Amino acid sequence: MANNLKYTLENRRYVLSGAVIAVAIIFIIRLFYLQVIDNEYKTRADSNALLKKTLYPSRGMIYDRNGKLLVYNQPAYDIMLIMREIQPFDTLDFCQTVGLTKAQFVKRIADIKDRRINPGYSSYVPQAFMNQVSAQDYGVLQEKLYKFPGFYIQNRTIREYEYPNAALLLGNVGEVNKQDIAKDNYYVQGDLSGRAGVERSYESVLRGEKGVEILLRDAHGRIQGKYENGVYDVDPVSGKSLTLSIDMELQALGEKLMSNKVGSIVMIEPSTGEILCMVSSPNYDPNRLVGRRRGSEHAVLEKDPLKPLYDRSIMGVYPPGSTFKPAMGLIFLQEGAITPETFYSCAHGYPVLGGKPACHGHPSPLNLVPALATSCNAYFCWGLRDMIDSRRKYASVQIGLDTWKDHLTSMGYGFRLGVDLPSEKSGYIPNSKIYDRIYKGRWSSSTIISVAIGQGEVTATPLQICNMAASVANRGYFITPHVVKKIEGSQLDSLYTERRYTTVDNSYYEFIAEGMRGAVTSGTCRRAALPNIEVCGKTGTAQNPHGKDHSVFMGFAPYHDSKIAISVLVENAGFGATYAVPIGKLMLEKYFNGEISPENKYEEEYLTNLVVLPRNGII
Amino acid sequence: MASYNKGSIWSTVDWITILLYVVMVTAGWFSICGASYEVETLGWFDPSGRPGSQLIWIGLSFILIFIIMMLDADFYNVFAYLIYGLVILLLIATIFLAPDIKGSHSWLVFGPLRVQPAEFAKFATALALAKLMSSYGFKLSALKNIVLVLTIILTPLAIVLLQKETGSALVFLALFLVLYREGMTGYVLLAALCAVTFFVINMKYSDVMIGVTPLGELIVLCIIQTLIVMLTGIVRPNLLPVKILSGLSVAVFLVAYVVSFFIPVNFVWVTIGLLVASSCYLIFLMVKNWVWHYLLVVLFAVISVGFLYSVDYIFDDILEPHQQTRIKVSLGLEDDPSGAGYNVNQSKIAIGSGGLTGKGFLNGTQTKLKYVPEQDTDFIFCTVGEEEGFIGSAAVLILFTVFIVRLISLSEKQKTVFARVYGYGMASIFFFHLIINIGMVTGITPVIGIPLPFFSYGGSALWGFTILLFIFLRLDASRKER
Repeated sequence: MANNLKYTLENRRYVLSGAVIAVAIIFIIRLFYLQVIDNEYKTRADSNALLKKTLYPSRGMIYDRNGKLLVYNQPAYDIMLIMREIQPFDTLDFCQTVGLTKAQFVKRIADIKDRRINPGYSSYVPQAFMNQVSAQDYGVLQEKLYKFPGFYIQNRTIREYEYPNAALLLGNVGEVNKQDIAKDNYYVQGDLSGRAGVERSYESVLRGEKGVEILLRDAHGRIQGKYENGVYDVDPVSGKSLTLSIDMELQALGEKLMSNKVGSIVMIEPSTGEILCMVSSPNYDPNRLVGRRRGSEHAVLEKDPLKPLYDRSIMGVYPPGSTFKPAMGLIFLQEGAITPETFYSCAHGYPVLGGKPACHGHPSPLNLVPALATSCNAYFCWGLRDMIDSRRKYASVQIGLDTWKDHLTSMGYGFRLGVDLPSEKSGYIPNSKIYDRIYKGRWSSSTIISVAIGQGEVTATPLQICNMAASVANRGYFITPHVVKKIEGSQLDSLYTERRYTTVDNSYYEFIAEGMRGAVTSGTCRRAALPNIEVCGKTGTAQNPHGKDHSVFMGFAPYHDSKIAISVLVENAGFGATYAVPIGKLMLEKYFNGEISPENKYEEEYLTNLVVLPRNGII
Repeated sequence: MASYNKGSIWSTVDWITILLYVVMVTAGWFSICGASYEVETLGWFDPSGRPGSQLIWIGLSFILIFIIMMLDADFYNVFAYLIYGLVILLLIATIFLAPDIKGSHSWLVFGPLRVQPAEFAKFATALALAKLMSSYGFKLSALKNIVLVLTIILTPLAIVLLQKETGSALVFLALFLVLYREGMTGYVLLAALCAVTFFVINMKYSDVMIGVTPLGELIVLCIIQTLIVMLTGIVRPNLLPVKILSGLSVAVFLVAYVVSFFIPVNFVWVTIGLLVASSCYLIFLMVKNWVWHYLLVVLFAVISVGFLYSVDYIFDDILEPHQQTRIKVSLGLEDDPSGAGYNVNQSKIAIGSGGLTGKGFLNGTQTKLKYVPEQDTDFIFCTVGEEEGFIGSAAVLILFTVFIVRLISLSEKQKTVFARVYGYGMASIFFFHLIINIGMVTGITPVIGIPLPFFSYGGSALWGFTILLFIFLRLDASRKER
C-alpha cells in the first residue's frame, strides 16, 4: 500500500507538468487570436500612437483681368490653451481682452474639457480656445499673454478682400458642414471651404492639397517627435491662383450706379465669353463675411428683405420683355415665317386680338428692322402667329411651339448656361406640353401671344439676356459665359473656349443687329447713344405682377466687330429707357474710354444717388 | 562527505537549466530596452536608465549565484527556519517602515535603492516548507502537521496582504501544489478549482437571462449536478446509482424543456429540484447500504450550492471596490477603457498590434510611447508581444513551459524530501507567476500585479527569482555529488 501510494504520488508530476503545458497552450491560442486573427487591435494601436497633424495649404489668390489682386490671405490668430499649463490668472482681465463675458469663458473651458463635445481632448495638447481672432485683438492679447500661462497663439490665415466689391461673385469661405464632409472625404470637421461664388465653384483649385505630419504621441498626448523621421509626411500644396475675367473698375462703377437700386448689370466680351462685370444689387462688403464675424454677419444679411445674398445676375429670373424680340425675329426669319421685307400692321396694338397687347405710336405697317427699333409689339405677335399657326409648315401648333423653343434653347434660354458660378438658375421657356396641360390641348398663337414679346410664361436671367446680346454681337454664336479667365497651371475647361452656334443662320443676325442699331439711333434706345461708338441696343419693360415694371436694357457695341455685350436690369424702375438704358450707356462708356466723360458726370451722379427700391423694401 | 569536492560543483550542476535562465534573463533585458525611452536618450548601458540599471542587477545576480553555489547544500536545510524567521520579521517591519507607494507598503527605500522583501519571502517560505515536510516522521495527514504547513504558507501571505500587495500575497497559494505532490488529496485542488470556476461563471453570466432563467446560475448548477454524478461513480465502484442519476437528470430536463413551450420555466429551480432529488437518493443509498462515502457527495453538493449563493455576498461585501472592478473588467462585465480597464485594454492593443512577426526590436509604438502602464515591470510581456509578434511571444511561453517542466522533472529526481519539496515549491511559484502574469496581460485573468520572472524590470524580483532557482540548483548539484 505504501509503495502503491508512493507510486501514485510520483505520477502526480505528470498532472502538474500537464497543467503547465495546458496553460501554455491556452495562452498560445489566446495570443494567436489577439495577434494574428483579430485585426482590431492593430488599427487601435495606430490611432493610439500616431497623431496625424494636418498641415493646411495657403488658399489660392484671386486676381482681376488686369492683374489686380482681389483676394488674398491674411494672418489670423487662434487662441490655444494647454489645460495642464494653466495657472491661476486674472480671468476678468483675460475676458475683457478677448471680449468674452465670464460666463462665456467658463462655458468655453467646460466645453473644451467635455469629451462628448471635444473627443480628442487631452490636457497636454493645445486646444482651440478661440478661432480666427483679428490682428487688433491679437495685438492687445499679445502684450498681456505673459499674464496668462497656458494660453498660446497659433497662426492661421483668413481671406482678405482688397475691394469692397464683387462680394457675390467672389463668394466667401466658411467652415464645411456635414454634407460637405459626406460628399468629399477631403474635408474634416473644422476645415474651411468656399461657400459661395468663385470661392465655391473653384474650391478644388483654390484649396490646394492638405499635407500631413505624422507625429508620435505618448499616452498623455505629448508629442515625442516625428514618426520614422518624417518619411511618411506629406507637404501641403498651395492652392492655385485664379485670374478672373472681371474688370474690377467696371465692377465697382456698376455697383456704384446700382446703389440704392435692386437689379443687375452683366457685361460679356462676345469674342471670348468672358464676363467683365457682374453686378447684383444690393450687395455688401465681402470683408463682412470673414473670420469670427462670418456667422453673425451672414445672419444679418440673410434677414435683409432686399436679399443681398441673392445673386440676381444668375439667380434672378425675370420676364425678358422686349429684349426677347431680337430672338423672336431670328426664329421667325429662320423658320421662314417672315422675311426682312415682311410688313405687319399695328393699330396701337395687335389687331388680331383687338389691340392687345397694346403698342405705342409709330409708323405702320413696318418691317423687321424698324419694328425692332421701335419695339413694335404687334409685329412680333404677327410673327408668332404666322409661324406656329402655319399648318403648312407644322402639322400642329405643338410642333410649331417646340421648334420655337428649340431655337431659344440654342440661344441659351430655358436652361442653365453653365457659368462657372454656383446656383445659376435656368429661367423658363414653356413647351407645348405645358400649354396642352393648361389649355387642355386647345390653344394657338393667340392663346399664348404674350410670349412673343417676352412676357407671360417666359423668364430669363440677366446673364441669359446679356448672352443673347453677345450672340447677336457675334452674329450667330456665343461662348459659354464665365468669370475665370485663367487658372494657374491648368487649362480652362473647353466649355469656356468653344463656340456654341445657335440654330439660326448667321446671315439673319445682320438684320437684328441693324434693328438694334436703329433702336439707338432713332428708336427706343436713343439715350444709349455714345459719341464715336456705334452702340446697338434694345430696351425692355418686364411686367412685374408684384409692383412697378422692371426696366431692362440689352445691348452691344460697336455695331460691327463688336467688343462688348451688356444687360442692365433695374427692378421696379418702369420703362426700360428710363434707368436701365442710361446706366448701360455709362457702363459702355467706361468700358470703351476707361472713364466717364465730363458731360456725362452729371448723369453718373444723378443715377448713383437715385433711389429705386420696392415699397416693401423700404423700412 | 569525504569525497566532497568544491571544484566539482560546476560539473554536477544542471547546465541546461542555467542555460534557460541565461536565455530568459537576456531576453528579458532586451525587452526592457524595448520598453524604455532611455535607450534612445541615455544609451543602453547608462546606469541611470532602466536597461543600464537592470544590467547592473543582472551582473550582481551572477555574483549572487556564485555565492549560492559556493555554500554547502546543507546550509539551506540547517538555516531554513532561521532564514524564514528573519524574512518574516523583515516583512512585518516593512509594513511600518515602507512609505506609501501607489497605495502599498511593500518597498523598503535606502536612498536610490528600493527593495521589496516580499520577493525574498518566496524562497524563504519554500525553504521552511521543505524543512518542515522533510522532518522525521512527517505525515501530511496529521492535524498538527496540517496546522504547521498552513501556518508556514499563510503567515507570509497574511503579512504581504497587510502590505497591500495582493498579487504578491496570492503567490504563496501556489505552494498548495507542493502539498498535492506530497500526498494532499486532489479534492482540495478540485474544490479550489470549482470555487474559482463557479465564481467566474456566475459573475460573468450573472446578468444574462434565457427566458426566465439566469444563465450563470444554471451553468454552475448543471456543473454541480454533473460532478455529483461523476463523484458518485468515483467514491464507490458501483455503476447502478450513476446510471439512475444520469437517467433522472436527462428525464427531468427533457420534461422541463417540453413544459417550457407552454409555460415559462425557470430551469434554475428545475436543477435545484434535481439536486435535492439526487441528494435524497444518495442519502437513501447511504442509509440502505450503510455506505458513508455517498454522504461526501451530498456534502459536496450542499457546499457547492451554498458557495454559489454566497458568491454575491463575498463579492459585494468582502472584496474592495477596486478589486471588484478589476475582476469585473477581467471577466468582460465592465468596459472601462479609461479606468481600470485601461491597463488591460492597452496591453491587449500592444500585444495585438504585434501581429505574426512583430514590429521589430525597439520599433514598438505602444510600449515605447508609454501607453501600457508598468510596461517594463508587470506588463513587460506587452513589449515582447508588440515587438516580436506571435512568434516571439509564443517562443517565450514555450521557453517558460520547458523551464518549469524541467524543474518539475528535476524535483522528482531529488533523493531528499527536502530538495524535492523545495523544488516543487519553486516550480509552483514560477508556474503561478506565469499563469497570473500572462493571463493578466492577455486579458484572461484579473489584473493582479505580479512580475514575469526574469523579464520584468526590478532588482528585487530578479534577485528573488535567482535565489529561488539557484538554491534548488545547488541542492540538485549535491544530489549527484554524493
